Amino acid sequence: MKTILGREIPDYIEGYGQVRPFQGAFSKVGVKNRTAVKLTSVIPNEHKVLPSLEDALDKLEIADGMTISFHHHLRNGDYVLNIVMERLAARGVKDLTVAASSIFPIHAPLVEHIESGVVSGLVANYISGPVAEAVSRGELKKPAIMQTHGGRARAIESGDLHIDVAFLAAPTADNYGNINGVYGNAACGSLGYAVADAEYADKTIAITDHLVPYPAYPIEISQVFIDYIVKIDSIGDPKGIVSGTTRITKDPVALIIAKRATEVIKASGLVREGMSFQTGAGGTSLAVAAELKKIMQHEGVVGSFASGGITGYLVEMLEEGLFRSLFDVQCFDLKAIESYRDNPTHQFMSASMYGNPHTKGAVVNNLDIMILGATEIDTDFNVNVTTGSSGMIMGGSGGHSDTAAGSKLAIVVTNLMKARLPIIKDKVITVTTPGESIDVVVTERGIAVNPKRVDLLEKLRMTNLPLMTIEELKLLAEKITGVPKGVETSEKIVAVVEYRDGSVIDIVRKVDLVS
Amino acid sequence: MEKLRRTMLFMPGNNPGMLQDAAILGADSIILDLEDAVSLTEKDSARILVREAIKTIDYSQVEVVVRVNPLDTEFGPQDVDMIARVKPDTLLIPKANEEEIKLVDILLDKIEKEEGYPPGSIKIIALIETALGLENVYNVVQASTRTVGVLLGGEDLTADLGIERTKEGEEIFYARNKVATVCRALKVDAIDTPFTDINDYEGLEKDTAKAKGLGLTGKSAINPRQIETIHSVFAPTEDELKRALRILDAMEEAEKEGKGCCSLDGKMIDAPVINRAACTVDQGIRLGLISGEGGAR
Repeated sequence: MKTILGREIPDYIEGYGQVRPFQGAFSKVGVKNRTAVKLTSVIPNEHKVLPSLEDALDKLEIADGMTISFHHHLRNGDYVLNIVMERLAARGVKDLTVAASSIFPIHAPLVEHIESGVVSGLVANYISGPVAEAVSRGELKKPAIMQTHGGRARAIESGDLHIDVAFLAAPTADNYGNINGVYGNAACGSLGYAVADAEYADKTIAITDHLVPYPAYPIEISQVFIDYIVKIDSIGDPKGIVSGTTRITKDPVALIIAKRATEVIKASGLVREGMSFQTGAGGTSLAVAAELKKIMQHEGVVGSFASGGITGYLVEMLEEGLFRSLFDVQCFDLKAIESYRDNPTHQFMSASMYGNPHTKGAVVNNLDIMILGATEIDTDFNVNVTTGSSGMIMGGSGGHSDTAAGSKLAIVVTNLMKARLPIIKDKVITVTTPGESIDVVVTERGIAVNPKRVDLLEKLRMTNLPLMTIEELKLLAEKITGVPKGVETSEKIVAVVEYRDGSVIDIVRKVDLVS
Repeated sequence: MEKLRRTMLFMPGNNPGMLQDAAILGADSIILDLEDAVSLTEKDSARILVREAIKTIDYSQVEVVVRVNPLDTEFGPQDVDMIARVKPDTLLIPKANEEEIKLVDILLDKIEKEEGYPPGSIKIIALIETALGLENVYNVVQASTRTVGVLLGGEDLTADLGIERTKEGEEIFYARNKVATVCRALKVDAIDTPFTDINDYEGLEKDTAKAKGLGLTGKSAINPRQIETIHSVFAPTEDELKRALRILDAMEEAEKEGKGCCSLDGKMIDAPVINRAACTVDQGIRLGLISGEGGAR
């Protein structure tokens, strides 16, 4: 069976089930259902705070084969996933599926639980570090399911991803389960990725190290979704949760790419009153924000919003009046957390509101300009951010596919060569985001516009920007680097890449590594 | 059309990554440095690296300049011999005086002949960074017909003069004047010394404006992030361009009507005004700010 992108995938994948192949970014829209939620009502005088995690695990009755979930707001400082998994392993539970919105290097102990059979399934939007390597080596019993941020919310709300128990790391919680992320030692700001878990899991438990008198304020996730609360010593390491300050790169090549990207934005006509913008926290992406800021100031334009994971740099732009509002699904640094806590125009956004395609309209649909990264791009503009040049998993969509699909202008910014490897290929190893969602690729040596965007091409032809076809750009890189040999993979499928609508856009096969 | 040298960017000759990306940084010229940026133990390997870079990498429209070592060291003549054979656009000769330029000129004559390159095709820029070189700069430029410009090296010059180098640069006022005047007289480019605080863009802008105001035609840079600021100073402003275009239009009208002179906004337009306007428009066209037909974009 083939996807619309010509990717060969099986009809049925053992450990995943029947495959719905990707048929186009908006092929599965229309009338949808949300799943019904099972809950146990709480009556007056019942207490929700349990004395210990062990007591909680007794009450939750976690059985073999269940799906448990975690959010990734504590990022590489998260202790909660590791603590819970260690206790469950000690209890002898087997065949769990861990649905964590993202998995980071700190979650290395999960590898042991995969090897011992405690964990047999993984669902995540992004996986990096030792767990990614273990999955790529084929150690997980079932293929991992790689989703998007919006796609995960969709899967949970539709019932495609049923969560038996959600473990919510809560930087602040009260004794009735009201939660926020803005106070406490492990403050992380917005809890946008945890909302669907809290609302749709059969059981939800808040794990906190900062239990405050009722009611906690502000409330990000409310008491109506929380069954139990447990206090532990520490839920996370602040150093791994947020960075101090995010700085603009000084790399001259990255700055040139950023400048070109901004010129593309300007030429597109989207720098105008009410414009909206999103970018990542990476070096080049943030440099685009800095360049765009200059143009907005010069033209006297006030944007409507910036969105996504929020950095201090976007906060500065908000405070300087360049945007009227921010939509924040996740805070990247301390400045973002403070602003989110104190400034009412810096608004909360759940993962569903952010990018779920099966709602009555996600924020990505209102997005004008999106700056994206890429590990590889092919001549059909398909982007890979899931696997590295060796074919090993080293990331995932996160919000990549969601924002690319929703925005009016999706710009991929990348060096034409990275570590002596060309970035543009005939076929990417793994398709994360379909080429139909990508409008333009900006590199330090040239700019390629998706031929479908005739309008954009016409506008850019009026400028001095170095336009090329994507094939020309590919040849330019290969002239310097040569053509690298393709990656050899085995038959074994180690991961299924789901598009935001739940269809399968690609699969990741086990890589045969020379040891 | 002659090449613009608004910016000449120094890049270390021993860094492969930077040599690969040198052409895309936006500078009009890149100076691949074999002198100060390269330690004594790496002189030979850097020389080979720069040679291979020039042979391999497509620097397209960017002028490739190589700063060789001083000719009175063992490295200088070896640099010239190896680098000239792969035909860079230009050699930058440090501590330049008449003898050095004449010597390089002879070496280049020989190499061009041996390699079958057109005579005089490799150009020279003289790096003036000694008191003697500065006082003799007219003769230095005259020493070879290959010479297309002078680069003023403020750091070494002030060291030679035994005076302090400051951010304000009053101490090189005379040197800038001298270089600018000689270069204008001999119709070669006058390139200013670099501004060494790479994080002070305001200071860079002031320093560049000062140099431009004294008649220097370009400025060297030691970091790619300085290029944009320097270009913005050397580019004619939109108002300057508009006015220059209006002057040329008025002159054209007057010529059609058979008048010998004309006026614009009540002011007489004479030859120097027209020449200056023509220079501004020419620069605007070369920078892509206006099209060749004269319409502002």
